[in-house]
Amino acid sequence: MPITPAVTDLEALKDHPAVAKLRGWNSAAVEGAKFDRDEMTIYIERSSIRDACVILRDDPACPFNYLSDVTCVDWYPSQPRFEVVYQLLSIPKKERVRLKVRLDGESPAVESVTSVWPGANYFEREVFDLFGIRFAGHPYLRRIQMPEDWEGHPLRKDYPVEGYR
Amino acid sequence: MTSTPVLEPGQDRTMILNMGPHHPSTHGVLRLILEIDGETVVRMMPDIGYLHTGIEKTCEAKFYQQVVPLTDRIDYLCPMTNNLCYVLAVEKLLGLEIPPKAQWLRVMMNELTRINSHLVWLGTHAMDIGALTVFLYCFREREDVLRLFEAISGQRMMTSYFRIGGVALEPPLGFFDRVRDFANRFPSKVDEYENLLTGNPIWTMRTKGVARITAEDAIALGASGPTLRGSGVDFDLRRDMPYSGYENFKFKVPVSQEGDVFARYICRVQELRESIAIVQQALDGMPEGPIKADAPKVVLPDREKMKTQMEALIYHFKIITEGFAVPAGEVYQAVESPRGEMGYYVVSDGTAKPYRVHMRAACLANLQLLPKMCEGRLLADVVAAIGSIDIVLGEIDR
Repeated sequence: MPITPAVTDLEALKDHPAVAKLRGWNSAAVEGAKFDRDEMTIYIERSSIRDACVILRDDPACPFNYLSDVTCVDWYPSQPRFEVVYQLLSIPKKERVRLKVRLDGESPAVESVTSVWPGANYFEREVFDLFGIRFAGHPYLRRIQMPEDWEGHPLRKDYPVEGYR
Repeated sequence: MTSTPVLEPGQDRTMILNMGPHHPSTHGVLRLILEIDGETVVRMMPDIGYLHTGIEKTCEAKFYQQVVPLTDRIDYLCPMTNNLCYVLAVEKLLGLEIPPKAQWLRVMMNELTRINSHLVWLGTHAMDIGALTVFLYCFREREDVLRLFEAISGQRMMTSYFRIGGVALEPPLGFFDRVRDFANRFPSKVDEYENLLTGNPIWTMRTKGVARITAEDAIALGASGPTLRGSGVDFDLRRDMPYSGYENFKFKVPVSQEGDVFARYICRVQELRESIAIVQQALDGMPEGPIKADAPKVVLPDREKMKTQMEALIYHFKIITEGFAVPAGEVYQAVESPRGEMGYYVVSDGTAKPYRVHMRAACLANLQLLPKMCEGRLLADVVAAIGSIDIVLGEIDR
């Protein structure tokens, strides 16, 4: 199966149920979309991620009721530096969609989705621990993998693989 | 049985109990901080990270093919499932077509891995609750599975048998006969385990109605695998979002409605029977043909070709020294591991090393259910609850 080029034109993707739903709710919240290797990615404006998750979760036609994963990618040194990645799954419809929020390198913060899915708790704590991204409204934002007194965030690209010696 | 105790104001009746990280029933290095009132758990907080090795960071410094042995070490009870998930993700990034025989071999080995993992779970879970004999029975059959792993990959535990583009080696002569012999024997062994446990009044008293979780809570907290199906959610990635040729196999997905420890136990034991049925089907329909994709820039050439063909030698040298470039993009590949949804999120920037590899650990999400299951219940039930969500700390901490 040869790779087909990615579709990044929002107009070409407007019929995808998740894109249509989000654009119908608030077209300013959708910054862009990408369809690549049979996977759908939607870029969400930073301040609307929690509401976008609620909209997708409660959509009666295709409820994305399950949060598979929250993680982050560091694109240092380019800006915006961080991408927080949410993998959503619809158990009834067996569909996946990926939401992304772009964040600046200076004190990155985004609203927590723990009020939408309590299961986001550990995932967001891990992203906070390893990338230093703050989740506003998280009930217990503490380090989870690294020791409490650790300095730095190891999965950032400017953190050396062998650590600071 | 017991409701959540209410603390009377001004009275300090609770104490903090530290369970783990060296407690034998925590299956590794899980530490639980328990606030208890007498024998009742009022509050629980899991503390993890004791086994954090930074595998995700290490992956970013390796070539794509060098990551495969690292994936074994994440969830050391199901190495092949981790291998499979990673290689599927990279193959999706590359757009590689995998020959049918390699796909069927992967499915067969993957189900044997599930049996291996479930046997360790069943043995240790039963031992935690006090049924010591089951452990010996389970490890007897697990030894057979590990011998099969050793025969096909040369390793008992850290197999690294799946490679990007196929599998590492052709199965040795007589291997399929050995697998068939095991598959014919195994169902009667599952009967033995069930004779020891399923109708056992002590077992049912310790497990039925214990550590209940509803389907709504399980979905909201991100549970997956038998932990989710034990609560009545009929969802299995192998059947519902098939990968690696699972659509060619017929199997049932066991679901229980009760959501307690016993329900999760029944789900997993039935999965043992379904897995062995899949292995039988794989043996019956094993296609002929190559075990590696026809992609010389990605797949290492055969040793024989390297000695006779210049091109093969060059490709071998280039793959080993420079790796292979993967087109830029990102992929989230999820497979049904013995514990639930194991997902690999691989981001490529077009070079020979992955820009980012993230593992979605099923156990990390399942562990979040533990306080919900245990709060308001007896301290002894905590041990049963930990066993029933089948955690592997290597996967949680990575």
